[in-house]
Amino acid sequence: MDWQGQKLAEQLMQILLLIAVVVAFVVGYTTASFRTMMLIYAGGVVLTSLITVPNWPLFNRHPLKWLDPSEAEKHPKPQAVVVSSKKKFSKKLVSVLKIIVSLISLNQMTTFCY
Amino acid sequence: MHSFGYRANALLTFAVTILAFICAIASFSDNFSNQTPSAQIQILNINWFQKQPHGNDEVSLTLNITADLQSLFTWNTKQVFAFVAAEYETSKNALNQVSLWDAIIPEKEHAKFWIQISNKYRFIDQGHNLRGKDFNLTLHWHVMPKTGKMFADKIVMSGYRLPDAYR
Repeated sequence: MDWQGQKLAEQLMQILLLIAVVVAFVVGYTTASFRTMMLIYAGGVVLTSLITVPNWPLFNRHPLKWLDPSEAEKHPKPQAVVVSSKKKFSKKLVSVLKIIVSLISLNQMTTFCY
Repeated sequence: MHSFGYRANALLTFAVTILAFICAIASFSDNFSNQTPSAQIQILNINWFQKQPHGNDEVSLTLNITADLQSLFTWNTKQVFAFVAAEYETSKNALNQVSLWDAIIPEKEHAKFWIQISNKYRFIDQGHNLRGKDFNLTLHWHVMPKTGKMFADKIVMSGYRLPDAYR
């Protein structure tokens, strides 16, 4: 449904249910029958659900205007910049090697102390 | 309201909420009914009046109960529960209430009745105070609704007296 249709559906639902309640109570009270009141109300709820819940065309009379595809092509999405990563990689490799050497020397020192 | 599930949920919630309102209004409308019940109880016979081995008195009565409770029924009434109680005072208790008979009346047509019966429940005292005792027979009723508040009321009939000696 479009926005106008949603608003219409909500209003219709509330008004129809309230009418069903009033009619059910009046008829039930005057005929002194609780069962009649409940049956009329249940019928009202079913009728309201049939009218307002499915996606009828009448709720789609003001559809949203999406942009045409040709308009979208005029404004392309920005591309991500590709940075050369070779230098960075070599730098990273050197730093990792340094960490490994320091760990090994630490290990040697501790075993030597022990 | 953007999807089927959303709309169905909104509708059901609103429907159940106003169903609660309509039941409350139906119960409230019971206050406007004009209720004029009437009843009469006659003790036809005192079958026996004895002292039990543990010291408590016991009486067996035959009652003739006539009542018209039809005006208590409204459109919102499921049933009326009526019971007859013997009420008296002793030195030990300010009020003793002993239920002698009860009935559930499901429809208006059965609410006007005449019944002759010995007491359904035993009339036993706490002690031995019943000789020569004056007591009231009270018809209580509870009007049980289909939805809402339950009403209870009673008619007190006085002037009954038990004999002075055991039989």
